[in-house]
Amino acid sequence: MIIATNVTKKFGRLTVLNNVSVNCNKGECIALIGPNGSGKTTLVKSILGMVVPDSGFITFNGLNILHNWEYRRHIGYMPQIGRYPENMTIGHLFTMMKDIRKAEQQGPLDEELLHAFGLPAMMEKRMRTLSGGTTQRVSAALAFLFNPDVLILDEPTAGLDPVASEILKEKIINEKQKGKLIMITSHILSELDDLVTQVIYMQDGNLLFHKSMAHLQKDTGETKLSKAIASVMRNQ
Amino acid sequence: MKPVFLCIGFLLSVYCTPISAVTLHVEKGHSIYSIQQAVNMAKNGDTILVAPGNYKEKNITINKPIVLLGNNYPVIDGEHTYQLISVRADGVIIKGFKLIHSGTSSLIDIAGIKVYDVKNITIENNILEDTFFGIYLQGATHCTIKNNRLTAYAKTDQQSANGIHCWKCDSLSIIGNTVTGHRDGIYFEFVTNSLIWKNRSIKNSRYGLHFMFSHNDAYIANIFQNNSAGVSVMFTHGVSMLNNVFEDNWGDGCYGIFLKEITDSHISGNTFLRNTTAIFFEGATRILVEKNTFIKNGWAVKIQANSIQNTIKNNNFLANSFDIATNGSLVENTFNKNYWDKYEGYDLNKDGVGDVPYHPVSMFSMIVAENPTAMILFRSFMATLFDKTEKILPSLTPENLVDKLPLMKPLRL
Amino acid sequence: MIKIIKYVIADILRNKIVIAYTAFLLAIGMSVFNLEDNTTKGLLSLLNIVLIVVPLVCIIFSTIYVYNSAEFIELLVSQPLQRKHIWLSLFSGIALALVLAFFIGIGLPVLLYSFTPTGFILVVVGLLLTVIFVAIALLAAVNTRDKAKGIGIAVLLWLYFSLLFDGLILFILFQFADYPLENLMLVLSALNPVDMGRILILLKMDISALMGYTGAIFQNFFGTTTGMIATILVMMLWMVLPVFFSLRIFKRKDL
Repeated sequence: MIIATNVTKKFGRLTVLNNVSVNCNKGECIALIGPNGSGKTTLVKSILGMVVPDSGFITFNGLNILHNWEYRRHIGYMPQIGRYPENMTIGHLFTMMKDIRKAEQQGPLDEELLHAFGLPAMMEKRMRTLSGGTTQRVSAALAFLFNPDVLILDEPTAGLDPVASEILKEKIINEKQKGKLIMITSHILSELDDLVTQVIYMQDGNLLFHKSMAHLQKDTGETKLSKAIASVMRNQ
Repeated sequence: MKPVFLCIGFLLSVYCTPISAVTLHVEKGHSIYSIQQAVNMAKNGDTILVAPGNYKEKNITINKPIVLLGNNYPVIDGEHTYQLISVRADGVIIKGFKLIHSGTSSLIDIAGIKVYDVKNITIENNILEDTFFGIYLQGATHCTIKNNRLTAYAKTDQQSANGIHCWKCDSLSIIGNTVTGHRDGIYFEFVTNSLIWKNRSIKNSRYGLHFMFSHNDAYIANIFQNNSAGVSVMFTHGVSMLNNVFEDNWGDGCYGIFLKEITDSHISGNTFLRNTTAIFFEGATRILVEKNTFIKNGWAVKIQANSIQNTIKNNNFLANSFDIATNGSLVENTFNKNYWDKYEGYDLNKDGVGDVPYHPVSMFSMIVAENPTAMILFRSFMATLFDKTEKILPSLTPENLVDKLPLMKPLRL
Repeated sequence: MIKIIKYVIADILRNKIVIAYTAFLLAIGMSVFNLEDNTTKGLLSLLNIVLIVVPLVCIIFSTIYVYNSAEFIELLVSQPLQRKHIWLSLFSGIALALVLAFFIGIGLPVLLYSFTPTGFILVVVGLLLTVIFVAIALLAAVNTRDKAKGIGIAVLLWLYFSLLFDGLILFILFQFADYPLENLMLVLSALNPVDMGRILILLKMDISALMGYTGAIFQNFFGTTTGMIATILVMMLWMVLPVFFSLRIFKRKDL
């Protein structure tokens, strides 16, 4: 569904993505793992078209995403740190997003998370007054709102309290079962155990491996994702 | 005033001619069919009445004191070749004719009506169209030129000549005439003790009024509009210029009034509207400029350093691009009690006079005087900064060109 | 695209600076005509507002607004929207809000108190300069990531167009005073929208002075229909080109 081929991106002299190629398919739940500054977020942003690669290309359903924008209607994106227009209220934000995506939207909106997170009660609050956790809830609710085929979640549980975190996890599992492609970056590995079918491991801009969970477990002899990764890192 | 009385006395003398005078009728197809024929037949004091029609006479010469009257503007046509009327006798009156198509020449001065060295002539209510010179007086005295309308259509200076041209004359009254399209609207050279009153001189190709070596004359309540060089007054003393309007005289070297070598004259009550330069002083001495209004001129007053002892007081300066410009740092003229709309001072004692002196020469006007192309920067932020700095720390602008008693409110004029 | 413009304008109106700017202009616009009995002098005061304050406020406000909209832009870019539309909407939104502010603040008083050719051209030039400086601000802001640096560049650009450029012209004029420079000046003035606007106003306000030798050349160019059209076209270029270049950069910008 999403194929990245030899994607390279430099910020100045720093190479953030070095010749990265990945292939992500429907129904997979991919964990994008790596230490801080390994290029996870840049890869995600490249897929979203927010960062333009220096070389290489990315296709979405067979179409090059460069100069293309319509493919984004199939993606729900939850950023690592949600940054929203400060003067907008939550209500305005949702109205605006619905308004913007109205033309493309087929089928009903998925407001499950919106309600589960208790957002309707604080529609009047301005974005700048929100705590980090509330902002994350808004981001999550927005990502799922339009019932997209692909969900890209950048550090989804960071800043969320355990209850909200659990709600979100439930939701992700539900969506996975509907056959959607889900891409999660995280460094709290224990969170991902129940979800993940594929693992991409990145370091210093390089893609070290892309394996299915089963494959990884077999290679390392560990059942827990965190242990498996730790074992990989040790063996390097 | 003297010329006015003279003129009235003269008119009375004309109307009281002896009763023995007869009237000769000129009409096409009648026994007297040409004006010249009638003039030849007439005796002193007779009247010739001309019926409407088109008269092609080759220069009518009037050599006796008679009255020539046109009934409903009979046309005298010079066929682009001839002068129309020559007056060579005293006391002639010419009224109510339409004079068209005089000849043109670069050698002799061909005119619509030419008056040669005589006196007490009246030329009134005539229409002159497409004449080379219009009304030409040489060596004439005590003449009245009144309510004539002169229009010429020449394209170049060479093909056109002056509307009312007076040379070596005395005690003339030029009243209520309208001159358009000539070279100079009214031309005075060596003309003394004369009055120019209520004339309109519009769209002439050179000066609206051209004035040289003509002492002790007055021009009052005239309108000079859209002449390509404005009004020029030169080498003269004792001129009074009162209540005239100088309007829309645009161009480089074009002035509302250009004063060159003028002394002891009086400029009062005039309105200067939208002229490139309203008054230009060059070698002018002891001139009193008062109670005039300067509106929307490029430069209200340009005063060359060779002009001294002039007084400029009680004038209104409104919305001019520049109020005063000069070319030197030494200025020996007096500026007093004028209203300057650019004045930003205050009046603490409420006596109507600003407490801070006003320096009407701006820094930028000095820059433009030095380098005219700099005009492209006029009203730019930089030009404004220059002017403000100069106000605080005067360095370039003449320090003694100052109005020490600037008025807070415009004068009612 | 209209939707985004709508949200940009709604946001600008909410942050009150534009309201304050409108009120400021309106206060000046009304007071110059009410305090001065002479409307020409009122127009003269407004000339400085149009040539100095309007560009300054427009370029600074727009630059800051673009930086403050980083989140908004980021949000929109991850949505199924064209970057071109996002950027043009941002430009249109800011320009429209500021044009409206200028029109209410200066345009209305001028039309009420001094609806003359001079007043009319003053308002037109003010509107053109508003849009032009929004465009220039967008180019300045898209080029630098750092907000402080971006605002610094905006202020420098304003200083350049309002003051330094004219200083340069004056320098050339005096340095090469022996040469005929009038036609060169015509060309050079096209390089500065503030100068072009100012000359357009001068042609109405100071036509008497401009009819002197040098001015006649400007009148012969700017005063004709061809000259007018050329001037308006160049002013349009001053709007279109910065937006075009900023858009090219924005399309490839990493967010």
